[in-house]
Amino acid sequence: MATNDTALTPPAHEEHHTSTGLDNTKMAMWAFLGSECLFFGSLISTYLLYRSRAGSGPTPGEIYDIPFTSVSSFVLLMSSLTMVLALAAIQRGDERGLRTWLLATAFLGMTFIGGQVYEFTTFYEEGLALSKSPFGSAFFMATGFHGAHVTVGILMLLALVGMSMAGRLTVDGARKVELIGLYWHFVDIVWIVIFTVVYLVPTE
Amino acid sequence: MATAALQPRRTIFARPTATTGWYSWLTTVDHKKIGIMYGVTAFVFFLLGGLEALAIRAQLAVPDGEVLNADVYNQFFTMHGITMIFLVVMPMGVALFNYFVPLMIGARDVAFPRLNALSYWIFLFGGIFIYSSFFLGGAPDGGWFGYAPLNRDLPSHGMDFYAVGLQVLGVASLAGAVNFIVTILNMRAPGMTLMRMPVFVWMTLVVSFLLLFAMPVIAVALFQLMFDRLFDTTFFNVAAGGDPLLWQHLFWLFGHPEVYILILPAMGIVSEVLPTFSRKPIFGYAAVVFAGAAIGFMGWGVWAHHMFAAGLGPVANSAFALSTMFIAVPTGVKIFNWIGTLWGGSLRFPTAMKFSIGFIAMFIIGGLSGVTHAIVPHDAQQTDTYYVVAHFHYVLFGGALFGIMSGLYYWWPKIFGHRLSEKLGSLNFWLWFIGFNLTFGPMHIVGLQGMPRRVYTYPDGMGWNLWNMMETVGAFIIALATLVFLFNVAVSRRKGRNEAGSDPWDARTLEWATSSPPPEYNFAEIPIVEHRDDFWHKKYFVGPGRTAEPVFSGGAVDHADDEETEPHIHMPSPSYFPLIAAFGMLVSAYAVIFALPAVAIGLLITTLGFFGWVFEPGTAE
Repeated sequence: MATNDTALTPPAHEEHHTSTGLDNTKMAMWAFLGSECLFFGSLISTYLLYRSRAGSGPTPGEIYDIPFTSVSSFVLLMSSLTMVLALAAIQRGDERGLRTWLLATAFLGMTFIGGQVYEFTTFYEEGLALSKSPFGSAFFMATGFHGAHVTVGILMLLALVGMSMAGRLTVDGARKVELIGLYWHFVDIVWIVIFTVVYLVPTE
Repeated sequence: MATAALQPRRTIFARPTATTGWYSWLTTVDHKKIGIMYGVTAFVFFLLGGLEALAIRAQLAVPDGEVLNADVYNQFFTMHGITMIFLVVMPMGVALFNYFVPLMIGARDVAFPRLNALSYWIFLFGGIFIYSSFFLGGAPDGGWFGYAPLNRDLPSHGMDFYAVGLQVLGVASLAGAVNFIVTILNMRAPGMTLMRMPVFVWMTLVVSFLLLFAMPVIAVALFQLMFDRLFDTTFFNVAAGGDPLLWQHLFWLFGHPEVYILILPAMGIVSEVLPTFSRKPIFGYAAVVFAGAAIGFMGWGVWAHHMFAAGLGPVANSAFALSTMFIAVPTGVKIFNWIGTLWGGSLRFPTAMKFSIGFIAMFIIGGLSGVTHAIVPHDAQQTDTYYVVAHFHYVLFGGALFGIMSGLYYWWPKIFGHRLSEKLGSLNFWLWFIGFNLTFGPMHIVGLQGMPRRVYTYPDGMGWNLWNMMETVGAFIIALATLVFLFNVAVSRRKGRNEAGSDPWDARTLEWATSSPPPEYNFAEIPIVEHRDDFWHKKYFVGPGRTAEPVFSGGAVDHADDEETEPHIHMPSPSYFPLIAAFGMLVSAYAVIFALPAVAIGLLITTLGFFGWVFEPGTAE
């Protein structure tokens, strides 16, 4: 085999064979998401330590607008559905459908981020600044880093749309969409935890 | 056929092709070149960290020393710690992971070659970033542990550099960890089952998982510190209700796994060197592997032993005391297995072996003094004294650095094609060994006598003078040993000297089956693995009376260096984009401290780097 038989073994085959049978990039994404669990775990732990330390500023019970956040949470969770539909589309080879559902997912994500911007602004006007109290610092940091993750996700969704239009998803596209999908679903799941632990658990 | 069909297309995304010359080092994605760059960079930082240590020891040589003032002393001991941990021992381990893990598992490269290059460049820029603080208003001066609330209150930019710089280095570690997990799990040659992997590869896997889960914890703590300093958040502002213990918990929840991140690579190296020079397989392979994995798990349950003096209460203290004593068990298992490996072997004592045996002896001392910290009342006496300094230098210097030196002497011929001189190596070892014990041995004594650490001077008449002078002399002997090493590197390079074939030590694992240095593609033919220590089994079979009988000569060696079989193997092409993306991070890092809006520029550069990364063609034509 160690001869000049390149023609017989195109490189692509070599790359797709793995010891476990799992795709390399997918395994890497799972590993990265495992790491992210600890990242958000630390942020949420900090919040739990500090949520009752509101100092002279507003307390969680005073400031949270649960109905509003419930709606934006619903929007974000629906984006997981559209993400699944996007993946189903590319698996059928339907790139038009893929782009539609990717854009829908990105739009839902942006709606969520819009809601977060509105929420942060309102909270700030009601006296909860980043530097107001340990509660404020921990709240903005935990939810803010989640928002940053959603934003990165939106950029990656839009990049996928761009790649699809450039014809770069015709080969191996389903894998790439699934990869970004894993990230997107993870960020949604983190929000379920944040919404439950940060918003819904009463303070006093 | 496939290659001929694709016409070269010159675009801005065309991939660079150079594989020689300085330019090739900037764009390389070859795990071996990246490994060498990691090693060289880490060694330069080792010299810097060593110079800081010498300055510290010069200051402490006599009572009321006047070499350094308190401010510079604080910067030096902080930077010494940061350097040796994040810029020397960790990247030295990564250098060896990079070079040898793919070779040991029979792969042609890591799973993500460009990500690997990105890790290196981020590491390099992170190191430069932290060191540039000396010229930009003062280096970090709050200790490598950066305790709150001091970390938020120190006035110079030093702790800004600490918060941002360690964050940058963490990104490099995280990317590397993901890469090595996937490489080890997914890129093994046919037949290389998990329980046939060399112990070094196993330890790399455990370290990668530790990094994967430890880095995000310190990342959050560093973000909190950064936000406290830049945006006046109140995480560690005690007056506003912040809790300094939060920092300690997050820091040590990262920090204790971190010490295993530092020591496990050395344990892996020793587990390769001892069997080779004992001409025996490692004693109790499975026990060594499982002990390593057990350390990886238990390492998460001991962090509060760093906080016994913080007043967590008797229940927490007792729980962490027990877990800390318990983690000595798998460590002990390893030590007995190494001794078992030596037992009855036909031993040879080249420099690599000397360092490995030195490792075992020194690590036992450091490990035992570590167990004394687990006893809470005892720890209350030792805390913040030189006894602790002695302990962690016995495990990190006597352990990790001895192991790394052993690895360098052992693998040097594979990396560079020639051995290091054994004569100079022996001198290197003995000076290093004597200097080390002279420096850190007396610290046990002055520590128990109550000499506090992190204080820039001490008064006369405390009974510490003799010991401190000995320590300083020892430190300069270590410096001399380091010079001997450098001299050895220089003279051993001369052509024709110490020429090493592909297998100079009659070793056991796959990296020795290919030429020295290995070709870019590592193996002309991907090896088929049938045994643990497969290479040895290709060279020998077990004859009557359990003796090793040689198989026919040369039967095991990969034909990578044979001219007539020069194979055409598709290797990943070099790329500019890891360097560009990493450079964007450097710009962002400075911007965070000095001109916040300019972070946008850094992010833009990084984004463009990743954009090019995604859109560049798969191969250069």
